[in-house]
Amino acid sequence: MISLSAVLTLSGILFAIAVAGVFLNRKNIIVLLMCIELMLLAVNFNFVAFSRFLGDINGQIFVFFILTVAAAEAAIGLAILVVLFRERRSINVEDLDTLQG
Amino acid sequence: MQPIYLTIALAPLLAAMVAGLAGRVVGRAGAHSITILGVAVSCGLSLYVLWKFLFDGMAVFNGPVYTWLVSDGLRLEVGFLIDNLSAMMMVVVTFVSLMVHIYTIGYMHDDAGYQRFFSYISLFTFSMLMLVMSNNFMQLFFGWEAVGVVSYLLIGFWYTRPTAIVANLKAFLVNRVGDFGFVLGIAAVLKFTGSMDYATVFARSDQIVGGYVQITDAITWPAITFTCICLFIGAMGKSAQMPLHVWLPDSMEGPTPISALIHAATMVTAGIFMVARMSPLFELSETALSVVLIIGATTALFMGLLGVVNNDIKRVVAYSTLSQLGYMTVALGVSAYSAGIFHLMTHAFFKALLFLAAGSVIMAMHHEQDMRRMGGLGKYLPITYGTFLVGSLALIGFPGTSGFFSKDALIDAVHFSHRAGSGYAYFCVLSGVFITALYTFRMFFMTFHGKERMDHHTQQHLHESPWVVTLPLVLLAIPSAIVGWFTVKPMLFGDFFNGAIKVLPGHTVLVQVGEEFHGPSAFVFNALQSVPVWLAFMGVGTAWMFFLRNPEWAKSAERSFKWLQTILLEKYGFDWFNEHVIVAGSRLLGGGLWRIGDQTLIDDGLVNGSARAVGWLGSVMRYAQSGYLYHYAFAMILGLASLLLWLIWRT
Repeated sequence: MISLSAVLTLSGILFAIAVAGVFLNRKNIIVLLMCIELMLLAVNFNFVAFSRFLGDINGQIFVFFILTVAAAEAAIGLAILVVLFRERRSINVEDLDTLQG
Repeated sequence: MQPIYLTIALAPLLAAMVAGLAGRVVGRAGAHSITILGVAVSCGLSLYVLWKFLFDGMAVFNGPVYTWLVSDGLRLEVGFLIDNLSAMMMVVVTFVSLMVHIYTIGYMHDDAGYQRFFSYISLFTFSMLMLVMSNNFMQLFFGWEAVGVVSYLLIGFWYTRPTAIVANLKAFLVNRVGDFGFVLGIAAVLKFTGSMDYATVFARSDQIVGGYVQITDAITWPAITFTCICLFIGAMGKSAQMPLHVWLPDSMEGPTPISALIHAATMVTAGIFMVARMSPLFELSETALSVVLIIGATTALFMGLLGVVNNDIKRVVAYSTLSQLGYMTVALGVSAYSAGIFHLMTHAFFKALLFLAAGSVIMAMHHEQDMRRMGGLGKYLPITYGTFLVGSLALIGFPGTSGFFSKDALIDAVHFSHRAGSGYAYFCVLSGVFITALYTFRMFFMTFHGKERMDHHTQQHLHESPWVVTLPLVLLAIPSAIVGWFTVKPMLFGDFFNGAIKVLPGHTVLVQVGEEFHGPSAFVFNALQSVPVWLAFMGVGTAWMFFLRNPEWAKSAERSFKWLQTILLEKYGFDWFNEHVIVAGSRLLGGGLWRIGDQTLIDDGLVNGSARAVGWLGSVMRYAQSGYLYHYAFAMILGLASLLLWLIWRT
């Protein structure tokens, strides 16, 4: 039997990798999107684990919602990315600093 | 009787509104007819009211006519208190005002502001009536300020003259100083008694006596002394007592009729009237009465001295007014309120007469006011000459004239007083008699006798003024000469002011004077053996010797006493002091506050400073905005982590 803490540790590790990916990555905006997906998956892991160990089905229902939202987000993110590439001829994160003060 | 009282007060107001607002419609004749009608109605009804009091023993009227507002137990009302004191004041005010109205027809004949002038003096009559008829402090203050405003308007009546503008500003500002004290006094009355109504305040005066005013932690003053001195500061402003007298001589920039009405006969006596009305309060404070006494005595003597060196005929009369107001104040200070009011009444008649006669001289001289260019006018202006002589005799207290009765009784009362400062006051009023006679007859001789010093052109056109001018002179000369005979006994020694003026036992100097009083003729006879009358004769004699018989004596005296003359011409330096210390000081203070407080602190520091601080903060903070997504994400993570840490550590 896998313990709850083992699952939570795994999900924590996944989340930490995703966070590290967000700000260690200097190259590609697609990697950023993937990291965000990874964070959402880590969260999903938590939901499923708690649902299983607390015997509450609501957690798994949430997971479906999150999956749907994540899919929609990825679609929109990629669409923006395409437009951005057409505009700037680059998806390099280092080049995208228009927000600079 | 209430409708009659309302009519007395409101008739001049209505007339003033018609003359002022519809001046073009009604025209010059319409304006003077309606205002004279309004004041005549007031005067007639006032005489009727006084008649009812004197001969029918009518009861005192004290009641509200209109409630303005009631708030937390404080009632602000328009109300009338009509007793012998106010009835007498109403007659004096309306009578002198009526005379001045008639006189103005002649004096202002060629002036472009004819209707405006009539409107103002009618408005003044209304304000003054509201002041004297009032039964509460609120309305008293209303009347007090309203007469001040009209005085301001009239001093600056010829508003194209720079001197008139300066003079009316000065009058207004100096009066503000006095009014500040007056408002404090009214506030103290309200604080300690919780009422504005005279009768209630007087009934509760023991609450003021028991109270204290905390000035600092260490200093507490008895509330009654504080209240009375504050009220008296108001009177000092309005009645031009030292050191707040500086505005009155300058107010002579206004037309002569208003100098007679406002700055001699009525408005300036408002302070005297107020103190007499507040006698139940002033009686309770020995200290306040001593202050009143000393200020009055100083004014009486030292302002009279200034009259001796002035050459402007109106200013001499103005200094004489100051000196006589000082006499009235002295009377108040020794608790001889009736004597003060009596002198107020006789002074109103003879001083209005002197001013109007001086105005008649000025008209004849084509608006020349310098006495050095007059002389020998007696034969050209017989009526003015005669009435001026009557006024002068009344002013110096020639036995038998109205001024004699009031001034002699007043000096006797000071003589009997034992209040602190009464010795000094007695010296001042006695020497004042000599000085009064000296400057009055100096003016009289320089104007009407001696060599004719005017230029040829003026001399050719000298003629007596028209009847509208001489009629008021004659009508004022009659009471100036004889009114003392009938009024001295009831007003000073009788019960005329019973109920209106309260004198505590032990302060009854007038009763002591009255013990030696056996009828007016005996009074006159006794006076011939008393000091003041002989001092007055000596004054006249000196004036005759120096200014008529041997004018070169005056010149040589002027040379030997150059320093004295300089002091007097500089008016003891009051104007210099005000100009260079108070005005310059406040300008310096104001300039400093403007530059340091307003420009540096508020404008540069607070307003522009906060804008600059925001700009600086922005210029620093912009370096935190790198524009890189991962920096923002990092910040979010850090924030989230610290939030979580806080949540964990909190529990």
